[in-house]
Amino acid sequence: MRPGVLTVYRWELRKLIALKRTYIGLFAAIGVPLAFTISLALRSGRPNDVPFGAYVHQSGLAIPLVLLTFASAFLLPLITALVAGDIVASEDQNGTLKTILTRSLQRGQVFFGKVLAALTYTLVSMVLLGGVAIIAGAMVSGFNSLTTLSGTTVSAGSALALVLASFGVYLIPLFTVALIGVMLSVVTRNSAAAVVGTLVTVLLIELIGILPGLESLQPYLLTRQFDAWQGLLRQPIDWSPIAHAAWVCALYCIPALVVGFLVFLRRDVAGG
Amino acid sequence: MSDTPVEARGLVKQYGRITAVDHVDLTVNRGDVYGFLGPNGAGKTTALRMMLGLIYPTAGSVRLFGRDPIGEGAAALDGVAGFVEAPRFYPYMSARTNMRMMAAYDGDEAPERVEEALETVELTGRADDKVGGYSHGMRQRLGIAAALLRRPNLLLLDEPATGLDPGGMRDMRTLIRRLADGGMTVLLSSHLLAEVEELCDRVAIIRAGRIVYEGAIHELKASAASAYRLRTSDNATALGVCQAQTGVAAARIEGADIRMEAGEPTIAELSVALIEAKLQITALVPEGATLEDLFFRLTEGSTPGEIEVPDRPAGVVGGTA
Ligand SMILES: Nc1ncnc2c1ncn2[C@@H]1O[C@H](COP(=O)(O)OP(=O)(O)OP(=O)(O)O)[C@@H](O)[C@H]1O
Ligand SMILES: [Mg+2]
Repeated sequence: MRPGVLTVYRWELRKLIALKRTYIGLFAAIGVPLAFTISLALRSGRPNDVPFGAYVHQSGLAIPLVLLTFASAFLLPLITALVAGDIVASEDQNGTLKTILTRSLQRGQVFFGKVLAALTYTLVSMVLLGGVAIIAGAMVSGFNSLTTLSGTTVSAGSALALVLASFGVYLIPLFTVALIGVMLSVVTRNSAAAVVGTLVTVLLIELIGILPGLESLQPYLLTRQFDAWQGLLRQPIDWSPIAHAAWVCALYCIPALVVGFLVFLRRDVAGG
Repeated sequence: MSDTPVEARGLVKQYGRITAVDHVDLTVNRGDVYGFLGPNGAGKTTALRMMLGLIYPTAGSVRLFGRDPIGEGAAALDGVAGFVEAPRFYPYMSARTNMRMMAAYDGDEAPERVEEALETVELTGRADDKVGGYSHGMRQRLGIAAALLRRPNLLLLDEPATGLDPGGMRDMRTLIRRLADGGMTVLLSSHLLAEVEELCDRVAIIRAGRIVYEGAIHELKASAASAYRLRTSDNATALGVCQAQTGVAAARIEGADIRMEAGEPTIAELSVALIEAKLQITALVPEGATLEDLFFRLTEGSTPGEIEVPDRPAGVVGGTA
């Protein structure tokens, strides 16, 4: 039997489980929503300047949305970059790439197995952050109905579905960040450079967004897609920012994937 | 589809201005224990990397059992195993887990195979320890175990005994010998002549990226002892006799002796000729050129390919082949 992408995927996950650095991101994904919710429980203040900030004491379901607004710009891209930027480069630095490339696997299989593992890690950390936020939020402020961005009120059940869907929509730009991270991991061959490079890329794109005179570029910036999920919380639901995010993100992640793949296929593996 | 384990033709690898491997032709036949000998920086590792498909040649081609590791990738490595430089594993996982992973990546996860390979290199007792805590020798053995896991017909090893203690070196050689006796073809690089002499039957000597000798090791040995010193009652006359003898090369007076290069049968004939010329021979001795000397002559000359090994034109590869 020939090994394939799934063989690599399975073992990449086992390696992630065995690695300490994996848990740094996961702890952050759990700790941040926990700390935020606890501080809300202890004090009556509320983050008024973000969407849903005003409702954190009325409905626990506002809490994951506030956290998503905060975490989407930096924390989740950081957690994602931590693993995606490392996943190829660390093997370069340790010299283990030559070890796995002299088995019965094609380079492409190794690459896509790693891509899937990086995306899985991204998904897991987001599920943890969202899950903890929903449960802790409901415990602190109650599983109550939620006021949407259009000012209407939806039942707790529908609000939960909308919250889950919002996290789902946010996965589109977050996966894009992960793919950029994997590409930089392949190209730089250096773990630290790829992790920092991914974050710097996100920050630079954000910077372009606030530069005067470049407003026309705004709709096409990756970072602007981070809050596309807010379309879900209007009534009726506004799908246009979500559809827009999907194709804009494709403009970023397809080239990243192709470049990462081709470079990985063609490059010399001489380290170690 | 060819049956030849390794066929490298016109292999070149250029790193900027450095030509690490310069038009290397190499043929390893089935059953060979082939030594790839050269000093540090000669290009051994670079050539092996190309054979394993890890780096792309600037020019030339490699075929392993007729298949191209560069173009076909891993599919060409069926029946081939080995490592370049120090074997590397995941330091945060145990040796056994590392080996299970290699087995999975080979497409055969049967745990007995892992145990069998660990047993062969005597690591069973330490198999649950993290590789990060392994000594150099243990990693080297684990590298061999990981290669054996593939049940290869061809084993490519880059300086397998480097850094091992004398006992470890002996064990490594015994193991390689045993594998070769079991029918495995082995290509191993080394910068230790003694190791190659002990293990290998064929050898390629590489220097500054070029093959300066390729052939059977006994032929190399024979050519090593091909210089003789002669002392007679009348060296001037004797020199004439030597020069007249077919098969004698580079005969000249050096101090009280005549020095020449010739094969053993020629020397036997020459001794008769000297007697017939009524010369009294006080000494006719082979020059103390050992294989070692020859190796240094081959690998330390000013430009590769300028040194000729006398009497062995078939074995000599001069300059670009
Ligand atoms: N990745 C690389 N980038 C640049 N130069 C390289 C690279 N790899 C090898 N070289 C150069 O190629 C030449 C051959 O190196 P190689 O490692 O093949 O030698 P070697 O025969 O294996 O030596 P050693 O006995 O020290 O292991 C050296 O001059 C080296 O500096
Ligand atoms: Mg080397």
